[in-house]
Amino acid sequence: MTSKTDSTRNSSRSTETAIEVSGLGFSWDPVQAPLSFPDIALKRGDHLFLHGPSGSGKSTLLSLLAGMLRPDTGSVQILDTDIHQLGAGARDQFRADHMGVIFQQFNLVPYLSTRANVTLPCGLSELRKKRTEPTVADEAERLLAALSIPEDHWQRKVTRLSIGQQQRIAAARALIGAPGLILADEPTSALDADNRDRFLELLLNLAHRHNTSVLFVSHDQSLARHFGNQLELRGDRT
Amino acid sequence: MKARLALTLAMASLWHRKKVLALVCLTLTLSVSLLLGIQYLRTEVKQSFTSTISGTDLIVGARSGQLNLLLYTVFHIGDATNNIRWSTYQSLKEDSRLEWLIPISLGDSYRGNRVVATDENFLLHFRYGRDLPLELAEGQWFEGVFDVVLGAGVARSLAHQVGEEIVLSHGGGRTSFSNHEDTPFTVTGILAPTGTPVDQAVYISLDGMEAMHVGWESGVAIPGRTLTREQAEDRDFTPDAITAAFVGIERQVLTFRIQREINQFAGEPLSAILPGVALSELWRLMGQFERALLGITGFVVITSLIGLIAVLLTLQAQRAHEIAVLRATGASPALIASLYILECVALALAACVLALIIGMAGLSLASPWLLANYGLQISLRPLTATEWTLLAAVPVAAFTVALIPAFGTWRQSRRLGFGEAADQ
Repeated sequence: MTSKTDSTRNSSRSTETAIEVSGLGFSWDPVQAPLSFPDIALKRGDHLFLHGPSGSGKSTLLSLLAGMLRPDTGSVQILDTDIHQLGAGARDQFRADHMGVIFQQFNLVPYLSTRANVTLPCGLSELRKKRTEPTVADEAERLLAALSIPEDHWQRKVTRLSIGQQQRIAAARALIGAPGLILADEPTSALDADNRDRFLELLLNLAHRHNTSVLFVSHDQSLARHFGNQLELRGDRT
Repeated sequence: MKARLALTLAMASLWHRKKVLALVCLTLTLSVSLLLGIQYLRTEVKQSFTSTISGTDLIVGARSGQLNLLLYTVFHIGDATNNIRWSTYQSLKEDSRLEWLIPISLGDSYRGNRVVATDENFLLHFRYGRDLPLELAEGQWFEGVFDVVLGAGVARSLAHQVGEEIVLSHGGGRTSFSNHEDTPFTVTGILAPTGTPVDQAVYISLDGMEAMHVGWESGVAIPGRTLTREQAEDRDFTPDAITAAFVGIERQVLTFRIQREINQFAGEPLSAILPGVALSELWRLMGQFERALLGITGFVVITSLIGLIAVLLTLQAQRAHEIAVLRATGASPALIASLYILECVALALAACVLALIIGMAGLSLASPWLLANYGLQISLRPLTATEWTLLAAVPVAAFTVALIPAFGTWRQSRRLGFGEAADQ
């Protein structure tokens, strides 16, 4: 897979791999055998479709990749950094600097406006703030416009918006400041078929432009065709 | 940068929950106003109390305790133990070291208010508050034998005007059955309000006191022996004794020496007291109660802070998703916990500012009314260091109690996985 760098602002990055996971094992309960995860190697700018039945450890894998859980065995390299070698504070900062997140629902901070929700990562990461062009507000507006959020919604409270709009705002938040990786946990499961395809198209196009990798978790196999890489979790225990 | 983000988030969150939080803030505001108000009034009332009498260096009366002498001369509470002979008063008057003397003679009453027999020196030399002289609101100071000047409180409560005739009662009780009916007094003046016991007394001359007691030697009026106004015209009414005297000393360094000399007076047993010392001793007795009151108010503030925490803890459940979003976006547990502290302290600060505004507005509205109706002189003034400390203690207390939900959230969000809400 080729990594296109039509976005000049990321061309200076030397990072080659987005995710590199090897020998990863994690156990919620010390009595049980740990869940073991397949090794993953994803190049920067590539996207990965992750599917599997419930209980197969999809959310656990995302928590491990995000650095919010510590694995029992194995290592997680995100953008060539072994995140579990970092301290707790540094892991949080790494997440702020290099990862965008989209959840299934309840993605937004209810008391912030649309625009403030989108710019939230730039408040937590100086790096992502610097990568916006020319200003944080401009980039937020550009992303919102690209994701078809009407302009009169930008200053509004997010609680009044439809689910589809809320998910697109979450996508804008994940994309702002061009992080290396977006972790998306079933972001389309609350959307109807039309919205689902549209959402995915917009997300992948914009991610492509920013040279951002997307790890997309879903149980909806029909979406797999949008992705060059696919991985199935079976919930193996060693 | 993160501090700014935390501040922005906290303020937006407060605004988002403004309906619930406005009520909590109101409770807190009222309790802080109460706390501040009580502390403020405590200082003012103490000031007002300890300056019930000022400018007077010594109070001289018959041998007695200093509180007793102060109570019956200044506060009109209780009775004199004995009198001072007129000759003793005269010898004090001749002492060149004493700048002035105000004689006072007590014993009668007017509808529960003391009758104070004195002379023009009372108007000239008596001072209260921050060295304020007495002023006549209406009419003039008494001149004739049967003239009377009313204190502001007496004139207001009994609705007397200058020119009216009033009948004084024999003895000090509130209801007296023996009245000086043959010798009515004419109101010639009404004093301006002072906020001191001066307002609750009526003032006649020493001559008037003597004149109305002619024929009363046995304690009741003997018919035919009492005077009429006409008979009183040309008589000499030099009294045998007075109750006490307020003394002003020319060189105040001599105060203690003169006090000792009066206490050791050979002619008769006398007591001379320093009114300032006696007043602060009296205040110490009453100070216990107002300190208890302040303590109770402190608990009211603590109660409303606990109410605030109860509300914040209830809201905490609603914030699970928001915390999950912030956490996954890279906010540290400390930043999330700091939101609670910032919100709580911001509410406390808002309550303090509102309490200050309410207090100032309330005081400027109420102070003319208090002066008119209760003779209490309470003015707006800058807060003292103690009051600022008390006020500053509110956000500090809010910070302390906010540590409870903050610590809970900090612990929860540390264990949070990707996309998990904190309540799961």
